[in-house]
Amino acid sequence: MSFWRKLACVVLVLVIGASLAANWLAPAGYAKQYREAADAPPSRMHWLGTDEIGRDRFARVLYGTRISLLLAPAAALLSTLMAALIGGLAGYLGGIWARMAMSVTDLFMSLPWLFLLITARALMPLNVSPLVSVLVTFLLLGFLGWTAAARVLCTTAGSLRASDFVRQARAAGLPGQRLFWIHVVPNLKPVLYAQFWISIPVFILSEANLGILGLGVAEPMPSWGSLLKELEGLVSVGEEPWKFVPLILLVVVVTSFQVLLSRQEELAA
Amino acid sequence: MMRREEKLKQSVSPCGKAIAVAVLCLGSLLAQAPAQGGGQLRFCLRSEPKTFDPLKVEDDASGAIRYLTGGVLVRVNRQTQDLEPGLAISWKVSKDGRQISFRLRSGISFSDGTPFSAEDVAYTIQQLMDPALHSPTGDAFRSGAGNVETKVISPSQISIRFPAPVAGLDRLFDQVAILSQRSPKKEMAVLGPFMVADYKPGSSVLLKRNPNYWKTDEQGRRLPYLDSIQLDIQKNRDVEMLRFMRGELDLINSLDSEYFDKLVATSPQLVHDAGPSLDSEQLWFNEVAKSPIPDYKKNWFRSTNFRRAISGAINREDLSRVVFHGHAQPAAGPFSPANKFWFNSKLKPQTYSPDAALKELQGEGFRMENGTLKDKDGNEVVFSIITNSGNQSRERMAVLIQDDLQKIGIHVNVVTLDQLSLIERMTQTFDYEAILLGLTNVDLDPNGEMNVWLSSSENHQWNPQQKTPETAWEAEIDQLMRAQASSSDVKKRKEAFDRVQEIVVEQEPFIFLINRNSLSAVSTAVHGAAPVILSPQTFWNVEWLTVSGK
Repeated sequence: MSFWRKLACVVLVLVIGASLAANWLAPAGYAKQYREAADAPPSRMHWLGTDEIGRDRFARVLYGTRISLLLAPAAALLSTLMAALIGGLAGYLGGIWARMAMSVTDLFMSLPWLFLLITARALMPLNVSPLVSVLVTFLLLGFLGWTAAARVLCTTAGSLRASDFVRQARAAGLPGQRLFWIHVVPNLKPVLYAQFWISIPVFILSEANLGILGLGVAEPMPSWGSLLKELEGLVSVGEEPWKFVPLILLVVVVTSFQVLLSRQEELAA
Repeated sequence: MMRREEKLKQSVSPCGKAIAVAVLCLGSLLAQAPAQGGGQLRFCLRSEPKTFDPLKVEDDASGAIRYLTGGVLVRVNRQTQDLEPGLAISWKVSKDGRQISFRLRSGISFSDGTPFSAEDVAYTIQQLMDPALHSPTGDAFRSGAGNVETKVISPSQISIRFPAPVAGLDRLFDQVAILSQRSPKKEMAVLGPFMVADYKPGSSVLLKRNPNYWKTDEQGRRLPYLDSIQLDIQKNRDVEMLRFMRGELDLINSLDSEYFDKLVATSPQLVHDAGPSLDSEQLWFNEVAKSPIPDYKKNWFRSTNFRRAISGAINREDLSRVVFHGHAQPAAGPFSPANKFWFNSKLKPQTYSPDAALKELQGEGFRMENGTLKDKDGNEVVFSIITNSGNQSRERMAVLIQDDLQKIGIHVNVVTLDQLSLIERMTQTFDYEAILLGLTNVDLDPNGEMNVWLSSSENHQWNPQQKTPETAWEAEIDQLMRAQASSSDVKKRKEAFDRVQEIVVEQEPFIFLINRNSLSAVSTAVHGAAPVILSPQTFWNVEWLTVSGK
């Protein structure tokens, strides 16, 4: 393992560890409002200062990291499974099934996902708790994010279907279902892993985009998206560099995922 | 501004007083200005102007251009809130409030040289009241069925008769820019201080000095002093702020409190806090009988005591201090104290007291169980507040309210929705529980809010379009609003609207939260600026402004 991959692993372990230990590291919680100290600079009490309504930014970064980092992989898992089901099966079956599946995929890809998410959010019941809103946000991301992976998997499964060893297995009389599970799926695994890892930073960034638009995780629960909203005031951040911490964390985590991803791509190749 | 019946009877005398006040006022501004004028003023419009036709104006950007280019018969002085002569030297409203007569200035021409006369006023009124035009400005004059009659008595005298009394009739003419009947340039021929010289869609509007503008200063020099105004179309407030700080813009008409404080820290001489504006922020519950929300929640929302308890549990001082950095005042009622005449000064903002709120709720059968408030049937008190996404101040207010209500065991879910979804829920499906939004008031007269307070109105937001008033207090508001609208007795109108304000504060169909302050920024290169609370805050006296160093 190269130095950079080791470093990426250490960074991710540290960040995930810190977010899981948020209850101990920031016992006041993410919602407590210190209204007398709103928008305060870093201090011994508030290591990263407070936000506009006096909530401890350090606590919010930790809890926000927990939400974004735990749920983005869940959404990635969902989208990868959907991609495997739709793309992998269509590629394996080939012919009209592949064409139909890819048509549906193209249709999904042509949809403006951001507007689709906004519409889906608008149709949701209003009285949902912040926790449910988090789950729904990432579920929506997962359900809408399978298309690119499905295309890759369809092509890969199609290649496998035409490969010599699959033809030989079929000629030897192996039934289609067993053939799929014994020979095709194991050979799709590296591609599935790669697609899973690729999706995680994509979903983290998607949630961040939704959060900036005010459509992601509901208040008072934090996420990286809602934390990044503080950077909207371009004029002020130059004087308040501590507000950059969520952005720096996002860049570091996404970069770490990308470094690890390159390893997965090598394996897939 | 005290508009009294006696004043309306005498036409010339009050106008003479108004002229004297205006001259004194503008003279003091002039004293601050350098002797030589000229220069170009630059600022931003926050959206594309939808029209240059002054009769079709309904957006802020078009309104700003109308203010800068349109000549009006009478003008509300944005500083004193008094009515002053414009193209009309004097005017008189009849006792029954149906007719207004104007004596016009003579020897005035439009920007293209076409002479101005009473025929142009008659033409403008006909256009304004043409139902096919759907003029938002004209709607304010529609008090009853029937035609508006204009009678040109002479080239400098005209009388206009409406089918029914129009309350505050004379002040409505502040919004009516006079069009030329004969000019081939149509609405581009103007009587205001500037005229549109160039328009680059999506980019900018260039206004140039109207060489035929009628107003002169004490030395007889023709106004305006400025040569031109460059209006850049810029939606992004951050970019607007950066450009102002770089000196590329001369003023920001409406400033966020956050930016205001940043500027105070670095350049306090540039910013102006003119005090509470007419704008308010308010919360209301869905009281629509057919709305698709559970019946037990409808019962809560329709209970005056429930609404009053919620109101008392919200810390308005904190909303003002934390969200608006102190540049807002707790609201006392439907009208801001900034509206000097119509505000009911007996009203005070509700005192913050979670304990009293809880007691009031307990009196209604609510009880606290393990930190959660439940109604008499055991339903947990949980509701959602929706507001428009992208408005940071409102989102922060909602989170503060969420925290305040948590203290009395009420769980609030804050939901931000895009504007269209919110409007659809608010006006069509009624699928919401509570909404937090603001009301932008541009009109000082309560008649401008008829569409909010009448129970039959579409904009009676908590329970719109009622066939008959569903509550006794709504019936009383209907009766009072109609009475004041059909009266030309200012004292009686004031009494009626004072009572309306009292009922609204007692019943709290709208829980008024704060009145934002009017914040603006003006470069030191601009001379003569005196920001006020009424729109357009910074350039209301544009004829007298000069820009140095350009």
